[in-house]
Order: sequence, then structure tokens, then C-alpha cells
Amino acid sequence: MIRPTLVFLTVFTALTGLAYPLGLTALAQLAFPVQANASGLGVVGQAFTGPGFFEGRPSATTPPYNGESSSGSNLGPTNPAFLDQVKVRVAAVRAANPTQSGPVPADLVTASGSGLDPHLSVAAARYQVARVAAATGRPREVLDALIEAHTEGRWLGVFGEPRVNVVALNTALVRLAGVAPDHDAR
Amino acid sequence: MTARSLEPAPRPLFERAIVAGAIVEAFKKLDPRRMVKNPVMFVVEVGSFFTTLLWAHAVFTGQGDTSAGFALAVSIWLWFTVVFANLAEAMAEGRGKAQADRLRKARKDIQAKRLAEPRRGAAFELISSAKLLRGDVVLIEAGELIPVDGEVVEGVASVDESAITGESAPVIRESGGDRSAVTGGTRLLSDWLVVRITSEAGQTFLDRMIAMVEGAKRQKTPNEIALDVLLAALTIIFLLATVTLRPFSVFAATQAGQGAPVPLTMLVALLVCLIPTTIGGLLSAIGIAGMDRMVQANVIATSGRAVEAAGDVDVLLLDKTGTITLGNRQATAFLPPKGIDVKELADAAQLASLADETPEGRSIVVLAKEGFGLRGREVKDLGATFVPFTAQTRMSGVDLGARQVRKGAADAISRFVTSQGGTFSAEVTAIVEDVARQGATPLVVADGARVLGVVQLKDIVKGGIKEKFAELRRMGIRTVMITGDNPLTAASIAAEAGVDDFLAEATPEQKLARIREYQAKGHLVAMTGDGTNDAPALAQADVAVAMNTGTQAAKEAGNMVDLDSNPTKLIRIVEIGKQMLMTRGSLTTFSIANDVAKYFAIIPAAFAATYPQLKVLDVMRLHSPASAVMSAVIFNALIIVALIPLALRGIAYRPAPASTVLGRNLLVYGVGGLVLPFPCIKGLDLLLTALGVFPS
Amino acid sequence: MSSHALIELLASFVVLTGLAVPLGEWGARLLADEARPTTPERWLYRLAGVDPASDLTWRAYAAALLVFNLAGTLLVYGLERAQAWLPLNPAHLPGVEPGVALNTAVSFATNTNWQAYAGETTMSLFTQMAALTTQNFVSAATGVGVLLAVIRGLTRVSAKGVGNFWVDLTRSTLLLLPLAALWTVLLVAQGVPQTLAAKVEVAQVANATPQVLAVGPVASQVAIKQLGTNGGGFYNANSAHPLENPTPASNTLEWLAILLLPAALCFTFGRLVQDRRQGWLLYAAMLCILLPLTLLGLWAELRGVPALAALGVDGSLGHLEGKEARFGVVSSVLWSTATTAASNGSVNAMHDSFTPLAGLGPMWLMQLGEVIFGGVGSGLYGLLLHVIVAVFISGLMVGRTPEYLGKKIEAREMKMASLAILLPSAAVLVGTAVSSVVTDGPAALGNPGAHGFSELLYAFSSTANNNGSAFGGLTVNGPFFTLSTAVCMLIGRYWVIIPVLAIAGSLAAKRRIPTSAGTLPTHTPLFLGLLVATMILIGALTFVPALALGPIIEHLQLMGGAS
Repeated sequence: MIRPTLVFLTVFTALTGLAYPLGLTALAQLAFPVQANASGLGVVGQAFTGPGFFEGRPSATTPPYNGESSSGSNLGPTNPAFLDQVKVRVAAVRAANPTQSGPVPADLVTASGSGLDPHLSVAAARYQVARVAAATGRPREVLDALIEAHTEGRWLGVFGEPRVNVVALNTALVRLAGVAPDHDAR
Repeated sequence: MTARSLEPAPRPLFERAIVAGAIVEAFKKLDPRRMVKNPVMFVVEVGSFFTTLLWAHAVFTGQGDTSAGFALAVSIWLWFTVVFANLAEAMAEGRGKAQADRLRKARKDIQAKRLAEPRRGAAFELISSAKLLRGDVVLIEAGELIPVDGEVVEGVASVDESAITGESAPVIRESGGDRSAVTGGTRLLSDWLVVRITSEAGQTFLDRMIAMVEGAKRQKTPNEIALDVLLAALTIIFLLATVTLRPFSVFAATQAGQGAPVPLTMLVALLVCLIPTTIGGLLSAIGIAGMDRMVQANVIATSGRAVEAAGDVDVLLLDKTGTITLGNRQATAFLPPKGIDVKELADAAQLASLADETPEGRSIVVLAKEGFGLRGREVKDLGATFVPFTAQTRMSGVDLGARQVRKGAADAISRFVTSQGGTFSAEVTAIVEDVARQGATPLVVADGARVLGVVQLKDIVKGGIKEKFAELRRMGIRTVMITGDNPLTAASIAAEAGVDDFLAEATPEQKLARIREYQAKGHLVAMTGDGTNDAPALAQADVAVAMNTGTQAAKEAGNMVDLDSNPTKLIRIVEIGKQMLMTRGSLTTFSIANDVAKYFAIIPAAFAATYPQLKVLDVMRLHSPASAVMSAVIFNALIIVALIPLALRGIAYRPAPASTVLGRNLLVYGVGGLVLPFPCIKGLDLLLTALGVFPS
Repeated sequence: MSSHALIELLASFVVLTGLAVPLGEWGARLLADEARPTTPERWLYRLAGVDPASDLTWRAYAAALLVFNLAGTLLVYGLERAQAWLPLNPAHLPGVEPGVALNTAVSFATNTNWQAYAGETTMSLFTQMAALTTQNFVSAATGVGVLLAVIRGLTRVSAKGVGNFWVDLTRSTLLLLPLAALWTVLLVAQGVPQTLAAKVEVAQVANATPQVLAVGPVASQVAIKQLGTNGGGFYNANSAHPLENPTPASNTLEWLAILLLPAALCFTFGRLVQDRRQGWLLYAAMLCILLPLTLLGLWAELRGVPALAALGVDGSLGHLEGKEARFGVVSSVLWSTATTAASNGSVNAMHDSFTPLAGLGPMWLMQLGEVIFGGVGSGLYGLLLHVIVAVFISGLMVGRTPEYLGKKIEAREMKMASLAILLPSAAVLVGTAVSSVVTDGPAALGNPGAHGFSELLYAFSSTANNNGSAFGGLTVNGPFFTLSTAVCMLIGRYWVIIPVLAIAGSLAAKRRIPTSAGTLPTHTPLFLGLLVATMILIGALTFVPALALGPIIEHLQLMGGAS
């Protein structure tokens, strides 16, 4: 039993532990160099503060949007600490967007699962238009169009949720402002 | 064979003497050494003991996790739960004991005449029957009891076997052949017998019967063992679910900052309510009652295993004669050739049969009388001489002076008429062949040189047997007819009776081979037999019912003995086997389904202080936590008593395909078991409140 | 409930079934005893000194399996401890601390993939590949092997052996490998990294300092962790991480991969026992339990948290704490029940932040013993244990010694089935009980009150049933949890495998009973109902008290506004 154990463990480690990932790495690097190296625009969320940017989801990583250590808050819905946290965020969002009187979109005040969520719901992006327009001096119609242009629908109309990539949206916003587009991930 | 019905009137379930004895026995069974054999009820007993200690602790220290009154009430009802389960078992055993006592009366120590040589005239010494050894030869004379089981080596006698069979008509026992076995405890009515002892005192058939009905030798059947495993596993699961509830509640109370850990009394109550006490308490009663039903059907099984196997049987080998057809062939028609009056044929046939005492002969006399108003006459009144059947002539009849009337097989009569100068016409041959083709036996009648025609003798298929076989087929059981007839006759009867298959011109070797063939295909085979030459097949069959009238060898080879010697009993045996399993399965389902309601009663009660919100789970709106727990515990105890009659009688059995049976039993015992406890627990809660046990 | 939720639910399961049926057929051809070994396979057997035609008794099969698994565990442990000196460690991570290393080794060998560590900050690329990815393959293949042994038990007549472990292991790996390669390519196309670099730097829009992203051979590991019902993610956030699961399309692919093989093996089973209806029945039984619990979760999550609405939060998209915007409530809940039904354990949203009833579903799916889909192989053989119990009870109810597919179910089978169902449940209850009273338990909680109890209950439900997902708020890298959960994982895996192999052995030795009208058919809606009811009843009766003190009371508190 010892010989087969050693042989099979060695062979399978070589096959599934080394040949399989290494072979596919080679293939991926050839066929999909952009995706295989996480080089697309807005593949991972970034922190945005200040009225001139669309803000993304609250992030539970330390510091927020830490690309080396993903994490959610893991706070339960009946945890007083969670409710306090949301209360503070609601107040902050309300204060930052004084013209909005309706309920605050949930994704603006709840942390994402990874802490690196690059997306927002369309409603949450729209919620910030008035503030961003005021801060950047861009007309609201332009910003609405920008959001529309960056909205992705459900896959095949069925799977997932409609969403806006905040990193891509803010990048477009900065381009609109005439700032050199030198921050493409590379 | 007796005319006893297949469904004997059942003994009343509750006989006073049995119930009284059972109550005493139920308390005696509390001995932990006996209880430990039933893991489920043993857990209840330990729980009862524990809550009693908690009660004592509460009384003597003045502090406990519940009030002393509550602990006492729970303890009392938990003890009741154990006693009720014991009562069920004691009731079942009591019924067996009553039967055993009757049998024991027949087993007396008597003086036997041991012969020095195996012949009547040999010298003998008087010896206690208890000291007789296997192989000893004894002499028994009219009026004496047969000391122990044996085989007749010499003599013919009539024997009263009513002590065992309950049948008062005496039976004939003689040496050689299939009626040579005698049973200890039965009485010789006439003549004498020389008997070779085949089993020693304490191991006789009577002893085995007593042990069987008393349940003393009862071993758990395979399915019972498997069910025990399942019940033990469920008990362990519920034990863990309740034991861990204590730390869980400690955690909950700490986290919630209110309430206290679940009281231990309440946990024990929950545990007892959850573990399958209903089936656990009734399981052995069901098994004993199954054996008891066999005994009531006058069948003695040598093991519970055999009874259970009977439920699994899917091939029945049935002897044609006696089981499928009435004992013997009967005359059903007189078929004369053209030119001969049928009345003349009937008259001659009757004449030829007047002195013929065989059943066939008598049936000819009867048919002639009923069909043609021909009255039977006495042979000697007619001055006739009877000519009996011999192996050489192969015919019988009478001589009236010069007139020779004969009946017999076609070839024998053909030779006879030819010798008388007559001819055997082609037309008669055609009739003979026609009758044989229909599966009947042709008997040709001749008056001197004249052939008068053919008497058709036919096997008469028993009334209702075809329906019975159809029923068996629906249950998935194949019936195979065993007969010594030729294939043509056998096929015809098989078709008429509706059996699935037949074995014609059967020899003991062929029977054995056929059983092996079925078994190799995975079937379980049941058969009946009585002769010594049946012994190998009986030993091979999975369920083998030996006729009590049969030989000792047949009885030894079989695993059941039918005291009525009624081959149709096999069908009843299969039913009893199935019914026993169904009762177990259905009550198991019922027992587990009951737990749902108990959770709804006890979980909100147990956490009333820590998590009052759980009150929404109390769908029965019970009065208080204490009354909720008490109601569940009382229900749990009383349901055992309520189901004792069902356990003893067995659940309703109707032959149907497996899916139909399952659907019906699931509906009654599964869904019923789920629903029933809700109104019952609510009712008990209302009653306890109304009685003022729990002040509002 | 929104129509979108129902459409996504329906579409997901239709696609799953559509893929699983042909895959099951292909699997049956590959795994059947009649399949001839290919030339490289024969070289491998010769190298190992194994005669592929030799048949092992169940004991020998179990022994080979245990020795191979033990060796695998030791290898993973060794590689973890030594990773600092091994190649492919660009982030220069130190050796893994012994407690976590042992826990992880057991976790991956038992197909649990419970992670007491954060992947991107603990494991070197070499460890992720050579140690963890290898175990992802062979632990799943081990499960398939045991299933094949059981199938042989059911199909062979009066046989001594239950098959050859080494052949089963090889065949099953060959079943997994091409699928994993296909999924890797599809995932990379969706944006899952596959590189030997450990980090990439990305310029930030609003900040001059670049953002550093942990990367590596992610796609190849994700593909097999999904397909092999392993679940151990490359990243700490698992498939909630935008690089591990970037798009709804990748999410759909990964979701399908969770259930694909457990579903397909139902059809493989049907084909190998030569009665396809039996396979469909098992598949239907799984759906009968999974779908209602998924609907319950969807209802609870879309309904949201009343206390948040009171704070002025718009709950129209449901409860979004711990969820990714690209998936939303529907894809997250669908994943949560799939990953716990199958013993996968990967997550695309944080279960700890779910509303109580949406958390109850996953918890209970695990407590049922990981038999609703369950692990690759292990789910189906686990379900067959419940079939044995259901057949036994129903057999008694029709008055006949119970039988399944012509094999009698007797005391030995009941003993082993009871043992295999009992022990993981016992481990869950005892583990939770101990952890709720020792100081290490409450100290590790991420949430107080009833939810805290749910965290403990979830942890032991997950490990004792080899799932691997977690209520992540619980801190589990301390010695108490690494050790206790490791014990639970071992019990949940091997104390099921050994009795199951014993059953396979005893069934193989039996004769086959021909069917008749007296045989209870096991492909009918009636039997389906009975099987599902048996599982629900046993599962509910065992865990209702514990669930009442966790998610049920928390739900009542949530609705009542109390906390």
C-alpha cells in the first residue's frame, strides 16, 4: 500500500498541482493577457472620498479597499454595532447629499462582501448625481448620460444585477474634466 | 383434515386473569437488568430515576431547578411510561402463558413400559417418562398417555391429540408411511402401539410448543434487530439533542441577560417525549403477539425468524390435492357412445361402484342418484359379488350371477371386453381421449362384452381459491401447484385454479430441484409437506410448514407445524408474517411523527424565561410552560396504553401491491401520527387546567 | 418576491439539469467497470505496482483510501510549514503556523476546505498549487471512488470485492481534470487572474499611490474548488472577491460548477444501476429540499431588515450587507443554498450578515448531512444512507424485509447507516455545546446574542459535514477552534466513509431479489415523498432545538424589532 500511495501522490501532485495550474497559466497568459493579469479598468474597487467623485460601497477592509486583504464586515442584522454603523453612514450620506430627501440606497450604507466591490446599483449612482454635479460643475444631464453609458445590465437579461462600475465612472468623470488619463492600470 | 375455518374467532384481547397477572408482571419488569435489553425504555427508566432524585433533592434541600411538585408529577408519569411499556409486553406474554398452561397439563411425568426388544411381546420394565432416552422402545396400550415423541414401529391405534391440536376427533397412527409420528402427551384411545422414542424429555414437540408460546425461547428476529438499531440510533440522537440543550441554554441565558438554563427535569421530560417510546414500548409485544396469532391459527413456528420470513415469501409451492382441489376426484358426467342410453350407463356405473368405498366410487353412486334418481342398493341385497380393484386387473365391479359389470381404465376395460368377445369402439376411444384432454380422468364402464360409456372423474377446484390466488398475485406472490398428475391434467387444473405455474408428475427430487431453482433466482419459497419424502424439500424451503398428521421426519425438517394439517394455512401464515412487520413499521412511523407536536409544546415552554418570543411556536396555545410539559409527558405515556390493543391485534391487513399498502399506512400512521398529538396534548392541557392542577 | 428572482432561480436550475444529464451519461461511460484503461493509465498502474483488474474487499479498499488520504494530509502539512524555503513564494510568506497548518491539511484532505486563514496573506503560490489544488482534485476523486464502491455493492451479486481504489481514484481525477481546465479558461476570459506573479499594482483614480492587488494562479484553483465541491478560495473573501468572481457570467459559471458534478452523478448512478429512474428520483429528492429553502432565503433577504428601514435605508433591493452589487440578493442567496447543499462551502456573499432565515437554510442544509447534492460522490453516497433508512421504514410498513435495488437491507446495513448519519450530527451538537460554554467560544464571536450562537452552530455544522463555509465573524484561528474543527472534519469524512464502504461490502455479497408486485418500487412519487419526509423529519428533530436558539429566535427578534 505504501508504494501505490507514494506513486499516486507524487504523480497527482505533479499532474494536478503543477502541470494543471502551470499549463493553464501559460495558456491564459497567451490567450487572455489582460484578464489573466487583472489589468482591466476597474476590476477591483477603489476608495473615493470627496464630493467630486461618485462614492462606492463602504468597505470593511483595513484600510478600505485594501487589494491585498479582502474581507466583509461579517456583522449580523441584529447586531447593535451594525445598526449603529449604518446609522452613522446614513447620517453621513444624508449630510453629503442634502438635496436627496428619499430613503438612502442600501448599497451606499452597507459594506460589500469583499470590501473591494467596484460596483454600485444604478439607483445609488443616481443618488449622488446632484452632489457630484454641484462639486464638479458638470450638468446633471451629462452625469446621468455618463451613468447610463457605464451601466451594465444583467447577463443575458437574467443573471446578476444591473450595476455601474464606480472606478470606470469616476475615470470617465475625470476625463470629462480634462485631466490626463494617465491612471489606467498597467 | 378438519373443517376449521381459516380465520378462527380471535380470543378476546383483555381477559381478566391475563390483565391482572400482566399488571403485576409490569412492575416486576422494572428490574434494570431486564430493562437494559430494551434500550429505549431503559433510557426512560434512567430518566425516571433521575427526575425522582431531582424531586427528592428539591424536597430535602428546599431548592431545585423546578418546584418539587412539578418534579414529582413528571417523575410519576415517567415511571408510568415505563410501566405501561412493560404492561404491553406482559399482556402479550400473558396470552401466550395461558396457552402454555393448557399444554403443560398434557405434559405429565408418567410411568412408561420400556421394552427390551422392539416387539409387542417382549419383556418390559416400568420407567419414568423423564428417564426415557432417544432410541428406547416403549409399549403403549389403550387408555395410556404417550410418554414422549416417537415413531410407531408396530401396531395401529386411534389417538386423541386434542391436548395439542384442540381437535377432538381421534386420528389413526400406524407404523410405516406418513402417519407414524406420535406426540408426547396425547392419549391412546384403542389398541396398542410400539413406539421408538425420537426425542428426550424436555426437548419434545410439546416442550418446544410451550417454550414458543411462553416466549421463553423467543429470539429477536432479523428485522427486529435492525429496527432496534434504528431505534437506538434515534435515542442517541435525541439524547444528544436534549443534553446539549443545557449548555446551549446556559449560553443563551448569558447572552440574553435574562432567564436561566433549562431545568434538568424539563430536559428529561423532553428526552422521554422525543425518543421513540411508543414503538420502543410496544416492540416486543408486537413480536410476541405475532407468535400468538400463529398459535391461534393453530400453527407452531419453531422460531420468530420463520414467522418473519413468511412475510417475505414470494413463491408458494402448494400441493394440488387438499389445497387447490378437494381431496379427491369426483364423477362429474356420464358420457355414453351413440345408441346407449345415458341412464343405462349411470345404472351400470352405480352398480359397479356400490361396494367401492373409495371416494371416486362413492362419487359415482352419488352422481347417479342425483342425476338419474337411481337409489343406491346394497350389494348383498342384490346377491351380487364385489370384484375389488387389483393391480393386475386394474378394474373393479360386481358379478350379478353371470352378469359382469366392470369399471376401470380404458386399456383395462378394452382388454376385458375383447376377452368377452366384444369390441372397444373408436367412438368410445374418442370420448376417452376427449375427457383426458380436459384434464379429467376417464373411467370406462362395461357390462360384459358391451362398452356402455365413460364416466368423467374430475378434480374439483376449491371454491374461492382462484380469488385467493389472484390476491396473492397482487401481493407479489407466485403460486406453484405441485401434483403427481400428468402435464396435460396438471395444466388444465392449473388454468382452472389460476396458479402461476405447476410442477407435474412431481417427485421429491424434482420438488427439491424446483425450490433450489427459485432460490437461486433470489426468491423466498414456502411449502407444505407431510411425508417423509417431503423432508428434503421442507428442509430446503425458506418457510416449511409440516402437517401435524405427517411424519416425524417432516416435522423435524419444517420450521412450522400446522396442527390442523390444512395446506391452505400457508396463505394465512404469510399474512401473519406480513402483518407483524407492518405493525412494527407503522408504529415506528407513528412514534417518530409524534415528536413534531411535542417539540411545539416543549421548546417554547423550556425557553419561556430566556426567549419569551418563542411563544409564537406554541401553536397549541397551552396554558403554561409546566402544563405544556406535563401534557406532552402524559400523552406520551397514555399513547402506549392506547396502542396496546393495536400492537396485540396487528394493524389492519388487506392484500394489495406494496405501493398501495405503503400509501395507506403512511396516511394513517404517518400523517395521523403527525396530527393526532396536537388535539390530544391540547385536550390534556385543558383538562389539567380545568382540574386546577395548574392555577391560572 | 420579484419575478426576476424566480426567473433567475428557474433559469439556473434548467441550465444545471440540461448540463448534468449528458455529463452524467459521459461520467457513467468513463467510470463503468467495463471502461478500458488508456495507455498512460496502464503505465501509471505499472509504476505503482497496482493490478487494475484486482478487486479489493471493502476493508482493503478502505485501508488504501485511508493511507492515501493520510499521506496527502501529511504532505499538505509539510508543504505549508516549509513554504518559506520552497519555490513560487514571491510574497516571501513565512511557514504556516502549526495549528492552522494542521487544520488546513485536514480541511483540504477531507474535501471540507474550511479556511482558518486568509488565502492571499498566508499561503504561497506553491502551497496553493501543489498542496491545496492537488487535494481539491484527489479529495473529490476519493468521494467518487466511495460512491463507485457503493454502486458496485448494489449491482454485483454474491461478490467479495467492491472495486479497486487506485483505479477509481485515477478515473475520477480524469473526470475532473478536463472539466477544471475548461472552467479555468472560461473564468480567465471573464477576468479571473492566472499568473505566477503575487502582486500587481494598479493606478488609483483619486489617489496618487497605486493600489496593490494580490494575484496568482487564481482561475485554475477556483475552477477545481467549485467543481470538486471543495470551496477553499484563493482570496479571503472567496467568490465575493471581484478577482475570484468578477462578473454575473463568471458567477453563473461558478454556481453551475458547484452543483454540476453532484447533480450529474445522480444520472451516472441511474445509468450504472441500469435504472435511470432511480437517478432521477435522487435528483428530484435533492431539489425538493433545496428549492424551498432557497425560496425561504430569497423571501427573507428581499424582505430585508426592518430596523434598517427605520433608519431611512431603501430596502427595495433587499438586504445588501456583505453582498456584492453585481450579484445582489438573488445571485447571493442562490449561491448560499447551493454551496451548503453541495458540500462546497465557497461563498459569494458573507453568510454571517444574512438575515436569520436566509442563514438558517444553509445551516440546515449542512446539518442534513451534506446529502442534498453534497460533495462530489460523498453527497450521493450520503443520500443513499437516508435511502436505506427510508427503504427500511417503508419496507416494514408494507410487511416485507426491506430491499433497495434488489438488495436486502438488514441489521448490518442499518447499523452502518445509523452510525454514518449519527456521528456527524453528534459532532455538530457536541462541538457547538462545548464551544458555547468554554471561554474560547464566546470570546471568538463576531456578533452577540442569538446570532453569536448561530456562528458557533454554523462553524460545527460546516466542519462536521465537510462543507467549509462559515459565518465569518467567528475568529477560528485559535488553538481551540483549529483543533476542534479538525476533529469534526475527520469525523464527518471518515466516520461516514468507513461505514459506507462496509455497507458496500455487505451489499455486494448479497443475492439479488427479483422484483414483484410485493417489491416496493423506489422510483415513484410516493417513495420520493417518503424519502424527503424522512430526511426532513430526522434533520428537523435533531436540530430544531439548536436552530430555535439561533436563527429562529433571531428572526423573531428581527421582526419584533428587539435585539
